Amino acid sequence: MSELERFRDQIRLWTLKQLYALGFGHYGGSLSIVEVLAVLYGKIMNISPQQMHDERRDRFILSKGHGGPALYATLAVKGFFSYDLLYTLNQTGTRIPSHPDRNLTPGVEMTTGSLGQGLSVAVGVALSQKLSDLPSYTYTIVGDGELNEGQCWEAIQFAAHHKLHRLFVFVDDNKKQLDGWTKEICDPIDFVEKFRSFGFWVRRVNGASLEEIEAAIQAGKQQTEKPVAIILDTIKGQGVPYLEQKEDNHHIRPSDEDRQAIEEAIYELEQKCSTEDVIR
Amino acid sequence: MSLKYWPLELEEKEMRQIYAETLLELAQKDPRVVALEADLMSSISTNKIQSFIPKQLINCGIMEAHMMGVAAGFSLTGKIPFVHTFAQFATRRAFDQLFVSCAYAQLNVKIIGSDAGVTAEHNGGTHMAFEDLGLVRLIPHATVYEVSDSTMFRALLKQIYQEYGIHYIRTIRKKATRLYTNGESFPKGKGKCLRQGRDVAIIASGIMVEEALKAAEQLANRGIEAMVIDMYSIKPIDQDLLIHAAQKTGLIVTAENHNLIGGLGSAVAETLMETYPVPVYRVGVREQFGQVGKMDELKEVYGLTAEQIVQTVMKKWPKE
Repeated sequence: MSELERFRDQIRLWTLKQLYALGFGHYGGSLSIVEVLAVLYGKIMNISPQQMHDERRDRFILSKGHGGPALYATLAVKGFFSYDLLYTLNQTGTRIPSHPDRNLTPGVEMTTGSLGQGLSVAVGVALSQKLSDLPSYTYTIVGDGELNEGQCWEAIQFAAHHKLHRLFVFVDDNKKQLDGWTKEICDPIDFVEKFRSFGFWVRRVNGASLEEIEAAIQAGKQQTEKPVAIILDTIKGQGVPYLEQKEDNHHIRPSDEDRQAIEEAIYELEQKCSTEDVIR
Repeated sequence: MSLKYWPLELEEKEMRQIYAETLLELAQKDPRVVALEADLMSSISTNKIQSFIPKQLINCGIMEAHMMGVAAGFSLTGKIPFVHTFAQFATRRAFDQLFVSCAYAQLNVKIIGSDAGVTAEHNGGTHMAFEDLGLVRLIPHATVYEVSDSTMFRALLKQIYQEYGIHYIRTIRKKATRLYTNGESFPKGKGKCLRQGRDVAIIASGIMVEEALKAAEQLANRGIEAMVIDMYSIKPIDQDLLIHAAQKTGLIVTAENHNLIGGLGSAVAETLMETYPVPVYRVGVREQFGQVGKMDELKEVYGLTAEQIVQTVMKKWPKE
């Protein structure tokens, strides 16, 4: 197993552990962004706990704030804070609330959760860096459901107009939103065509493939004219077959059967990860 | 009348010119200063300074919600964003973005809401914000000002530039009535007592300060001495001055170009209710939307006049 695959499994393991310990939460949309987070924090981004005051650092903003648990898992594995904190998810007074809060959690760059807003903020960061001639990158993940929000399309046309080629927008195209299939609620038709027509450089990749995600990022970095959109073909509950198949998997309050399946998934991941990861 | 400028007269410069000049001064001095606009640069005169600070003045297009997010992004990278649009767009339209992306995230964003209330004139009801002060007052730790003249506007712009946090300044775009001399300071959380009086205290902000001063003169002709306070700092509000006014006069009348719910009158009543309760009567917009018209006519329509203030005082006169 490669180091990156191990990092991915650690993120998935700790995402599940957090949610399982809490007893309920956004399993679906947290698990579908595990791979992209692994690639960004494991391979691409110029970021570490020691760099948080460096104006040249790359920045990540989780616009789909309900994926918070996956981000927290990533940050914990990266050493931004201790694993103990993960067991406090969403508890009263916690430093890791359901939706990310820049004032509470080490490593969280921006407070998000009111959908549509994080993308504008990421665009603002990217423009500010460009105007200051700082060559850092800004990465953000939006949900496919989140793209219902009109504000997203304000941000998208603005980013293209300002040629923010160091802005990378990942669309977690997991095909579902809270109330059901995105196609049935408001058909997105074709994200690739949409982003392209708005002036983005676009790739669609298998969102469960570390290699494809990384290759798309590297290809996007080769051009300097357009902001980049990478459409991640994902599944809610990704990486945990039982949860992938579960119909209502956006926010889960597990039944006994669900709990057993989640426990098995945690056990399997623990077998794949090192003893050190498991004990923590 | 102890005012330096009396009788009252219009200033030479428009408020929008003051905004553009002050912004240019700040931006040229400090590269962190960035101004954001949403296709209203010509309306607020910042188009005239764009060539001097091309990298510090961004026209976001007609995207107020997105503009608040961009401001948050600039603040995240250490910049000091000044966001301007008409008051109703800055507050009613982009409220959740202002609330979450800027305020809840504890960022440093200065918001200038222009053309508030009846000063929107011919743009009419869609553009006439009688609610903006109330909305921003609801945001924890936000500072809320309504400026009454250009000296105050210039001073407060420089002041909020230096203070981290969410600051909202409500202003008119055109000429204000001159009230203050250069060098006057306008501390946060303070009001200006423009006229002393023992019988009633009229507390006003923005364009209603002039009406309050006129009302005080009319009341003086009837033998009633009115204190007049320009309460430019609506949040935080000058509690000490309010208590002083209440103790001295025992009767308060507020006057604002805003809905009676949430604005200056609310702030005054809420403060006195908990500290030194005396009767408070409010002149302002009562349960109404905006509409098109000339400003003087709209002031009559909504009762935003010296006469309305005088009538309100006389209804309660003599005091019980």
